[in-house]
Amino acid sequence: MTGAAPVPQTDPMILRTLRGLGHSLALVTLAVADLAIAALVVCLHALSFGLGLVFLYPCSVRLLRSRCGQARALAEAWSEIPIAPPYRPAPPPPLPDRDGWYREGSMRYRTSLVPRFNREFDWMIRDPATWRDFAWLVANPVVGLALAAAPLLMLGGGIVLIATLAPLKVLAGLVLLAAMPWAAVRTPEMHARWTRTLLRPTIRARLDLQVKYLNRSRTEVVDAQAAELRRIERDLHDGAQARLVAIGMTLGAAEELVESDPAAARALIAKVREASAASLTELRQLVRGIHPPVLAERGLGDAVRALALDSSLDVMVAVDLPRRPEAPVESAAYFVISELVANAGRHSGARSVTVDISHRGPALRVTVIDDGHGGADPARGSGLRGIERRLAAFDGVLALRSPVGGPTTATVDIPRAFPGEPCSALPVWRRRLVNICWTLFWLPLFPQGLAAGAFKLFEMPERSWFLALYMPERLQWPMILGMISLGAAMVVFAAQSLRAVKRAELEAVT
Amino acid sequence: MRVVIAEDLFLLRDGLVHLLRAHGFEIVAAVESGPELLKALLDERPEVAVVDVRLPPTFTDEGLQAALAARRSIPGLPVLVLSQHVEQLYARELLADGTGGVGYLLKDRVFNAGQFVDAVRRVAGGGTAMDPDVIARLLASNARNEPLGRLTPREREVLELMAEGRSNAAIAQRLFLSESAVAKHTAAIFAKLDLAVSDDDNRRVLAVLAYLNGTRK
Repeated sequence: MTGAAPVPQTDPMILRTLRGLGHSLALVTLAVADLAIAALVVCLHALSFGLGLVFLYPCSVRLLRSRCGQARALAEAWSEIPIAPPYRPAPPPPLPDRDGWYREGSMRYRTSLVPRFNREFDWMIRDPATWRDFAWLVANPVVGLALAAAPLLMLGGGIVLIATLAPLKVLAGLVLLAAMPWAAVRTPEMHARWTRTLLRPTIRARLDLQVKYLNRSRTEVVDAQAAELRRIERDLHDGAQARLVAIGMTLGAAEELVESDPAAARALIAKVREASAASLTELRQLVRGIHPPVLAERGLGDAVRALALDSSLDVMVAVDLPRRPEAPVESAAYFVISELVANAGRHSGARSVTVDISHRGPALRVTVIDDGHGGADPARGSGLRGIERRLAAFDGVLALRSPVGGPTTATVDIPRAFPGEPCSALPVWRRRLVNICWTLFWLPLFPQGLAAGAFKLFEMPERSWFLALYMPERLQWPMILGMISLGAAMVVFAAQSLRAVKRAELEAVT
Repeated sequence: MRVVIAEDLFLLRDGLVHLLRAHGFEIVAAVESGPELLKALLDERPEVAVVDVRLPPTFTDEGLQAALAARRSIPGLPVLVLSQHVEQLYARELLADGTGGVGYLLKDRVFNAGQFVDAVRRVAGGGTAMDPDVIARLLASNARNEPLGRLTPREREVLELMAEGRSNAAIAQRLFLSESAVAKHTAAIFAKLDLAVSDDDNRRVLAVLAYLNGTRK
């Protein structure tokens, strides 16, 4: 989520002001309309719970959600503050029993109408987001209106004040008018922030979703692993194990023949040697499929380089990693890259592929670009589905951009591949500056600022090491005040930056 | 001939010692870890070393690293690297200094004692012994290389054997050809790949390997 929404800087101020005023006007209209919607929703609620007309309740919640959904969409469209919908996933439709009846608790129903309604009702009334939506709708005609109307009031007020032609009032009017563009440009953002406070998912809701997601991905991972183990077992059973049995038998036969027919025995032994070489080859391939040896010996970078050398495509590899990621992450990343490169060769008719492996703070990022004809569709390719499943275990995501005609760009992000790496929410220079500010802010603030000020105030004869007191008389107070503001600014800057980091870390977790 | 052997599995180390001793080699050291290997290579200065890639203490590519480090201190120190798997990447690293005297074989190749001892001797003499697997993969990854596509099947066979490091005589014996026929094929290959012809067997092999590796840049 963007902290401060970037105001488009490219347009001239006048255009941005006009647009801001337009948005304000629209928001004001909507806020006034919300009064009517809120009244309607309250009425429907009263009818539902007061008179027992519960079938009206889903209608009122749907109305509420559609209005809040619109507010979220506007916040994103006008001020680039995305607000995720906070609702729990809708309940699955009821399924009939074998006898065609619908069972719910101790009741049985002939049609799905009642159980379907019950589920929907439960889903809506138990979701805290419903009540937060409601609170927003009731408060918006007050809070939202006040926020959205500010630039319009400034514009109107300024004109009225200037129209009085009294010098002081004209001055005030001019000040209002001058400040108006500033307010107009920021109004949609302020309004979006207000909307976000109530309409975004709470941490709890996000954790809820996260837990559900983790449960699902854990099941998938365990399933996939079990299937993999079964495959390995089968390969060993039909391959190496069977061959070793054959080798043993042939050796036994050779042992019996060694006295009577040495030539035949030698032939058998030669056969045994071939069989053992073949089983070694098989085992080697099996091992390569489980965990490629270069990956174990050298890590991700060299394993991908080895992969590139073996590929018939021109594969360029660039690696920039602080250290080796955890073994499971490394292995997942390797197989994902190998699948993506293989896909490039198989489906897109590419001739060259670029693999870039780097990190963004604690996240591992892999980009695979090929020069093929594009048009890859994650919905169709089972390979891509497999990649997503592999990544799911590490909360990794695959983003695929493959316009028809190419090129295809696949980007894989695995967050937390390098736990403990500094979060990239702050650029390096700012991190350094924060450290300096934290360690040194006391220096201007206390001794050089407050203490020097106290000395000066009580006219102490002592000058100690307070810089300001060695200045000429008329520079002393400005110096002291400057020092205090410098120290305060350092503290505020550091605290703000650390808060931004905390928020980014939280975003990364949920 | 003085040999250093590095292999962590006792059975295999013992087998190698017996095999090489039976063929008239003198085993000056048989070690089982990377640091021991490096020390043995620098102290004993053997005429050839037979080294397993994966060694203690890290069980990664200790053996290969020790061999490369030793070759940096003693340029051209002949090293034959054995492994359970072969990688073009490692082959390139071994060949990178261009001085020859390197071998890189699958452990399976020890089964054929005659060929294995032959490979050790070749490496000791400054030649090259690349595993057929490495060469096959090298050629597969050169699938789109046009000059290579113009080779006849026979020339391709000769090229493969040459890249493994074999002499004309060995190639002739292997393919049931006369040496002069092999020489003719070799000349044709060098012409098609636009490589400078050299009389020196070792330099010729290195040129072919560099060509196969270099076309991918």
